[in-house]
Amino acid sequence: MSNKVIHAIYNDDDVLMDAVKQTRAAHHHIEEIYTPFPVHGLDKAMGLAPTRLAICAFIYGLVGLSIYTALMNYIMIQDWPQDIGGKPSFNYIDNMPAFVPIMFEGTVFFAAHLMVITFYMRSKLWPFKQAENPDVRTTDDHFLMEVGVHGNEEELVSFFTNTGAVEVKVVEKH
Amino acid sequence: MYTFSSKLKTFSFVLMALGVVGIVIGFLNAPKTIEDVEKLLADSHHGHEAAHVEKVAPHATEAHVVADTVKAVETHVADSTHTVAHETTVDSTAHVEDTTAVVAVAEAPAHTDNHDTHAKADAHSHDDHKAHLEHVLHQLQNKPWAALYVACIFFMLISVGVLAFYAIQYAAQAGWSPILFRVMEGITAYLLPGSIIFFVLLVAAGMHWGHNHLFVWMDPEVVNPESVKFDKLIFLKKGWLNVGRFLGTAAIILIVWNYVRFKFVKNSIAQDSAEDNAPYKRNFKLAAFFLVFFIVSESIMSWDWVMSVDPHWYSTLFGWYVFASFFVSGITVIAMITLYLKSKGYLENVNTSHIHDLAKFMFGISIFWTYLWFSQFMLIWYSNIPEEVTYFVTRIEHYKLPFFGMLALNFIFPLLILINTDFKRLTWIVVMAGIVILCGHYIDFFNMIMPATVGDQWFIGIPEIGALMFFLGLFIFVVFSALTKAPLVAKGNPLIEESKHFHY
Repeated sequence: MSNKVIHAIYNDDDVLMDAVKQTRAAHHHIEEIYTPFPVHGLDKAMGLAPTRLAICAFIYGLVGLSIYTALMNYIMIQDWPQDIGGKPSFNYIDNMPAFVPIMFEGTVFFAAHLMVITFYMRSKLWPFKQAENPDVRTTDDHFLMEVGVHGNEEELVSFFTNTGAVEVKVVEKH
Repeated sequence: MYTFSSKLKTFSFVLMALGVVGIVIGFLNAPKTIEDVEKLLADSHHGHEAAHVEKVAPHATEAHVVADTVKAVETHVADSTHTVAHETTVDSTAHVEDTTAVVAVAEAPAHTDNHDTHAKADAHSHDDHKAHLEHVLHQLQNKPWAALYVACIFFMLISVGVLAFYAIQYAAQAGWSPILFRVMEGITAYLLPGSIIFFVLLVAAGMHWGHNHLFVWMDPEVVNPESVKFDKLIFLKKGWLNVGRFLGTAAIILIVWNYVRFKFVKNSIAQDSAEDNAPYKRNFKLAAFFLVFFIVSESIMSWDWVMSVDPHWYSTLFGWYVFASFFVSGITVIAMITLYLKSKGYLENVNTSHIHDLAKFMFGISIFWTYLWFSQFMLIWYSNIPEEVTYFVTRIEHYKLPFFGMLALNFIFPLLILINTDFKRLTWIVVMAGIVILCGHYIDFFNMIMPATVGDQWFIGIPEIGALMFFLGLFIFVVFSALTKAPLVAKGNPLIEESKHFHY
């Protein structure tokens, strides 16, 4: 089993979008697309599943809210209910308005940071990570579509040349 | 062109007719004299007494005797306070202390242990009782007026909120919204009839027509140093709080708003057949002027029309708070009317992305409203300065359910429902959230006006619902009539093509 892939390189995002639609119509499996900037609608054209990061963030927010509520309840109401300037520390709800700024910030803090960390983990990003771009030009002004080679290599190359690619390469992938 | 469906027209007339009936019933049921109030209170007191005795009965084997002693105490107190009442002057607080002292004396020999509260409650001196009755009379007479006032200002400010939103869309040159401009212009058509009725209500308050005591500072006795009703705090605010200035400012504000609305619509229609963008540019400049005028006039109107029902109380962010409340209601109404028209097939170019944007505004401004509500509440709660905290004390004491209930309606519900991107594109979700938000903001205005005007005599009954139905009917009739006057797509607008193809 060879690990050959085709690198079809484009220099325009509109051409790329058309090429993606043709490739999908021809039932070639797109392994990956490298672009220098976000191309609006590319994920839809590729048929990628929508992200669930927002759902994660919502849950993290709830976690933050519970943690900070429990924290304030334990410190201010249960552990040492002091009279501080006449604030009612008999139960949580009596003194809740004073805790709302903390509960709010805690919710935002957890939602934001945990979502970012989730994003890093899911997209496998960390310091000292080996960069993965197959062609340095893809971070500047070129778009690269990677498609696995199954079957007739010649036919595939000519197919991608016809989609407006400025360069089509067959690469051995490790 | 839109044609006003006859069903909707009939519906609006039915609402108006039922509303008028409700309003009239409200005014007819308001007590006329102190005797009426006394009878009303006596009825409810009897109920109290009966319940009380019943509750006591199992405890005391001789319920008879208990009831008798209570009665004896009552007469005794009445007698002894009579003399006190003659001597005491107008200072009512001192008066109350005197009476309770007498009660304590009278009570001691009567050896009633669990009845002292009962005895105290009944042991009002004659004068106190009368002052109380007059107080309740004013509250009950205010009820139909306040019900009318809340519904009227609520619907009028919805159209003002839509006008502000419309001006913002122009000034910001928003590319998504021009397809909705005609809907917004239709909704702002309510501004003219709404503000006329509202101004009449303000005049009614200023002239004290039909026992209207909505604004206590309008009573000339209150600022008369010779009078027993003299109130120094209001007297010191006389420079601002006087009927002439009040009605003058209201007239100027309402006239400018209506004029701006008239010019907006005129230019917008002119743009449809214009050869260049001159009317559009005029509207752009008008929007810039209006937004500056609006934010100043909006602050002033919130002090005058809403905050001055509590003339002893003030809050600096109140103007913003009122603004957020009617702004979100206005956006909600835009979304709901757009969805209605679309469901009838009139707005073919409106897609779910437009609805999504409106729902995002509903969501965001709901949170903004909550932020202002909480900032106002929390600052006052935290510092707890008696002169300003009474505002919230009366609300939490007598309006617990509406006061905290509106938080659920205006914050928690939209927060949980409209946070989801997919939900914001679903008609039924947006309509349901819209109904909840509108109910919540009606209650918000109810909470702003009622505690100062009717106090603990509030109830959402026939006068309130009647007034709401009347103005809803009028609103539907005026808005949908206005929608038939112009094509629903502002085709001359330079941004209309972008708006038609807006996708998010």
